[in-house]
Amino acid sequence: MDEIDRECSMNGEKRNAYRILVGKTDGKRPLGRPRHRVNITYIDKDGNKIPVRGKVGDNVLYLAHRHGIDMEGACEASLACTTCHVYVHRDFLDKLPSPEEKEDDLLDLAPFLKENSRLGCQIILKKEYEGMELQLPQATRNFYVDGHKPSPH
Amino acid sequence: MKLLRLGHYYSHHCFLPRRRLTSTVTSIPKICIVGSGPASFYTAQHLIKTVPRVEVDIYEQLPVPFGLVRFGVAPDHPEVKNVINTFTKTAKSPQLRFVGNVTLGRDLSLKELRNAYHAVVLAYGADKDRELGLKGEQLGNVVSARRFVGWYNGLPCDTDFPVNLDVEEAAVLGHGNVALDVARLLLTPIDKLKSTDITEHALEALSRSRVRHVKVIGRRGPLQVAFTIKELREMLNLPDCITVCNPFDFETVRSAVPNLERPRRRLTELLCKAADLSPSGNVDSNSRQFHLVFFRSPLSFQPSPDVPDTVGSMQLEVNQLDEQQHAVPTGSTETVQCGLVLRSIGYRSTQADPDVPFDIDRGHIPNISGVVQPGLYVAGWLATGPIGVILSTMTQAFGVGRAVEADVSSGRVDVSQARPGHTAIGKLLNDRGVTTVSWKDWERIDAVEQSRDIYGDYPNLKLNRWVSARK
Repeated sequence: MDEIDRECSMNGEKRNAYRILVGKTDGKRPLGRPRHRVNITYIDKDGNKIPVRGKVGDNVLYLAHRHGIDMEGACEASLACTTCHVYVHRDFLDKLPSPEEKEDDLLDLAPFLKENSRLGCQIILKKEYEGMELQLPQATRNFYVDGHKPSPH
Repeated sequence: MKLLRLGHYYSHHCFLPRRRLTSTVTSIPKICIVGSGPASFYTAQHLIKTVPRVEVDIYEQLPVPFGLVRFGVAPDHPEVKNVINTFTKTAKSPQLRFVGNVTLGRDLSLKELRNAYHAVVLAYGADKDRELGLKGEQLGNVVSARRFVGWYNGLPCDTDFPVNLDVEEAAVLGHGNVALDVARLLLTPIDKLKSTDITEHALEALSRSRVRHVKVIGRRGPLQVAFTIKELREMLNLPDCITVCNPFDFETVRSAVPNLERPRRRLTELLCKAADLSPSGNVDSNSRQFHLVFFRSPLSFQPSPDVPDTVGSMQLEVNQLDEQQHAVPTGSTETVQCGLVLRSIGYRSTQADPDVPFDIDRGHIPNISGVVQPGLYVAGWLATGPIGVILSTMTQAFGVGRAVEADVSSGRVDVSQARPGHTAIGKLLNDRGVTTVSWKDWERIDAVEQSRDIYGDYPNLKLNRWVSARK
C-alpha cells in the first residue's frame, strides 16, 4: 500500500488506478495522501472563486491549466513573459521565497502591478500554502515602462 | 500538383452553410487575418475559442509564419520564442488555415478580401523603419538596425545586407530594446552566440568583426530611455565588456528616483548604478566597451578619409530637456568617430493597399480598441504603433478578438449570408499564378531547418533559400 501511495502522490495520472484498486471510484476519496495535499483557491478576473486541490511540488501555472483556469503561460514558465501574473493573498505573500531578479524585472512589465504581484509559474506549492488565494488581474492595456496608457487612436 | 492539392483540400472541407431549426439561418463565420505574427495568432486563438464554428484564414507575405517572433527576437533570447508552441497549436486547429507567400496589395486587394470574408483583421505589423533624413545618411555602413536584426535572424531579403564589421567604432542611434539588441550582438563573445539559432553567415561575419566600442546614443536622458530593465541588465553583465557613462548626465536623475513608478524606478536605479561603476579615468582601448550616451541627436554623417563612400564620423548636437521633457538643442555640437552607424529610431508600418485606412503622419491605422468599422479590424503594431513587447501585443490582440466576437454576436457583422472565404480567394490566387505555402509546407521547411544540425553546436540555422527547401 505504501508503495502505491508514494507512486500516486508523485504522479497524478496514477491516482485513478489507486481509486480503482481500493474500490473507491466515486472520486470522493481525497487524492493522494493527506500530507501531500495543498488546497488553494484561484479567483478569476470576474471574482469567481475556484477551489483547487493541488499537491506539494505543483507549479501554480500548470495546476491552473489542469483545472481550466484562464491563466496564459505564453513563454511556458521560462521567465520571458508576465502572462501568469497573479496577486498573492497578503497572508501568504511572505511565505513565498523572494522573487529572483529575473522575475522582478519581468514584473516591472506586468499591467496593474501591485505589492503582492508574483508570477504564477514561479510559485511551487508547499504545505504551508494551504488555503492560499491567488487572484488573477484584470484585462489591461499597459504598454509602457512608466505605466502610461495610450488614448484610443 | 498545386491544383490537385487544393482540390483534395476542398473535398475534405465542404463549406456548406448549416441550417438551424430556428427562424434564423446563419452560415459559418469566415474571418481572415493579414499577417502571421503574434498579433495574428493571438487574435486567431481568441476567435476560435469564442466565435462558434468560425473559420479563420491567415494570409502571410513570407513563405514562413510567426513574423517578428522569428525574425525580430534576438537569437540569444530563445525562451521568448516559446510562444511559437502556442501558435503552432492554434495553426493545427481544423478551423485555421495558413496561406503563406501572399502579399496584400500585390497578389490580393483589401476589397477582394472584404468581399470574400465576413470580417478582415489587418495584422501585418511594421516592416520598415524610420529614417532621419540627414546629410550623409546614404553613406555606406549607415544602416537600419531593423535590417541588421533581419540579417542575423535569416530574413531572406536581408541576407545580402551590406554591413561591414571591419571597423572598431560603432554607433547605435536610439534608446530602445532593438538598439540594445544590436549593441549586445556586436559585443557578445562569439562563443556565446554559437549555441543560438543565429544564421551561419552572421555568425561567421561576427567572428571576424573588429568592432570593439559601441556607443548607444539617444537624444534625451536616463529618465526617458525606452529599453527595459532585462535588456539593460544583460548589457551591464556582458562578459569582458566595460560599460561607460557620463556621470554629468545623471545629475538631476537621482533626486527624481523616489517619486517614480516601480518599473521606471528600478530601471533608473540600475542606470545610476551603472553610472557609479563607470570608469572615470582612461579605459584600455582594446577592451570591448558599451557607451551609454545621452542628450545627443545626429546632425550629419561624414565620409571616412580611408574608405570611399563609407561613414567615418558623425556630427552630433547636444540637447537639454524643456518643461515637457522634450529634447531641445543647446547650440553645442560634437564630432564622434564611427565606422558603422545603426539607426534604431523606430519601426514603421506601411499602407500595403490603397483601401487600407492608413494614417501616414501617425504611422498606423486609426482604430478604437482594434475596430476600424464593423467588418474591418486591426491588431498588433499596425493598430498601436511599433512599441511594446509580445505580452502587450497579446493583450491587444485578445481585445480585438473580443471586439470581433461582439460584432458577430450582435449582428453588426452579418453572418446570416454565407461568404465564399478561401474558396474564392484560393481561386483568385491560383488564377494569378501565386504559389502559396500551406501549414504542411511550413512543417516541411521547419523539418529541414531542424535537421541542419551539422556540427551539433549550431542548432536551428535558419534557411534563407526557402524555394530550394520546398522542392
